[in-house]
Amino acid sequence: MIEMKGIVKHFGTLRALDRVSLDVYDGEKVVIIGPSGSGKSTLLRSINSLEWIDAGTIRVDGYDIHDTKTDINKIREEIGMVFQSFNLFPHKTVMENLTLAQRVVRKRSKAESIRIASDLLEKVGIREKANQYSTNLSGGQQQRVAIARALAMQPRLMLFDEPTSALDPEMIGEVLDVMVKLAKEGMTMVVVTHEMGFAREVADRVLFMDEGKIIEQGDPEHFFSNPSHERTRQFMDQIIQ
Amino acid sequence: MVEIKKQADDTTKHVTIDVGDGVAIPSKKDRGLFTAWRVAFFGAIAIIAGLVISSPDPYWDILKFVPDGILVTFQVTVESILLALLIGLFTGLGRISKNPLINGIASLYVEVIRGIPLLVQLFYLYFALGRIVNMPPMTSAILAMSICYGAYMGEIFRAGIQSIPDGQMEAARSLGMSSSQAMFHVILPQAFKTILPPVGNEFVALLKDSSLVSILAVSDLLRRGREFAAESFDYFETYTMVALIYLLITLFLSKLISIMEDRIGIENE
Repeated sequence: MIEMKGIVKHFGTLRALDRVSLDVYDGEKVVIIGPSGSGKSTLLRSINSLEWIDAGTIRVDGYDIHDTKTDINKIREEIGMVFQSFNLFPHKTVMENLTLAQRVVRKRSKAESIRIASDLLEKVGIREKANQYSTNLSGGQQQRVAIARALAMQPRLMLFDEPTSALDPEMIGEVLDVMVKLAKEGMTMVVVTHEMGFAREVADRVLFMDEGKIIEQGDPEHFFSNPSHERTRQFMDQIIQ
Repeated sequence: MVEIKKQADDTTKHVTIDVGDGVAIPSKKDRGLFTAWRVAFFGAIAIIAGLVISSPDPYWDILKFVPDGILVTFQVTVESILLALLIGLFTGLGRISKNPLINGIASLYVEVIRGIPLLVQLFYLYFALGRIVNMPPMTSAILAMSICYGAYMGEIFRAGIQSIPDGQMEAARSLGMSSSQAMFHVILPQAFKTILPPVGNEFVALLKDSSLVSILAVSDLLRRGREFAAESFDYFETYTMVALIYLLITLFLSKLISIMEDRIGIENE
């Protein structure tokens, strides 16, 4: 579903991504871990072209996303994205957050978009907040709304950029539960997170990144039992504590 | 190591833009200004009433003579501000455009217009360009005022749009919206709340500057005063009344704006 080859990205003189290649298959759940500044968020954001890359190719569903003939908006319709800081639209109610893009981008009728949105709010357990403004919601609730908003477009792929990092500890569980449910339904997912419990439960593959490179990859158990690189071992020790 | 990351509290960030060339807008928190507003407003009313009652000739005659001018002043102000908002919106969008040509034109417009006094622009449009395109004074006046204020509005729109966290645009784009859809549905509605106070301020400033159009033979409040004074030679009395009426109008408008701001503040809670 995603084929990335030789991705290079600089921030000034800093090489944020250093010839990274990554393939993600239909239905696969990939978790990316790594210290802050390792390039994992940049890699994720380059998949739907929120981050412009300096070199390399990215294909999503066979379409080269940097080809001028490719309509990036069409590609993005199929890629849901969840941000660390939720990024809900504060001037709209929860329901309007979910229906806006459905109506504007997917051109669905009002009734249909509300029906889809209601089902999704039910699914993320937040149906009763439909008419509230997002600023009145807790962080965990906001992030669940953000997930529902992305799902309302009925994407084929979901990207999660540290979805629980901005949350108070007691709210992390409710968001991870929704993500696990989604994974069990077969959604293709790429998740940047440090939640190893989540990785262990759903990930088909875990990637460890450092200094713009993928250092090591394998199934979650491999990372818990015997990571082969010293740096991976140090990082695992830190986050498992 | 740098990782480009957005802070969690991005979405709740609240920005106010301070542009102060209208009148100070009284806020309940600022006791001193609030009191000054009341003293000035009710004082002006009291003085006008006192003058009219104590010596109806010429004050009552002046008061009967100028209302037509007040209407013209409002007409010039409202029409100019609406046109200026439209120009300002496109200028603001142009100023943040990544297209170098569009950005260049918008920036040049802002720089040039802000560098020329409004009075000179009025003269230029009416007398200099008037030799090529013949426009009625009212049209020239409104056009010059809105071109001038459009440049200031452009900067307000730019600042308002830029005050919205990047995450909003990213979220909208990640849902498949085009940049203009995102701008229209997500960014501008939010920016609107931020720019309302400075726009209100510009409105008051424009109303005051509209007195400049009296030189183009537009019968605004000041022009009507001049006409009255020219016939009666009551210069002192006439301009005292004109000044007090301007003061009343701007004080009244600034109060209106502060009430509007409070309303928006409550909605945001």
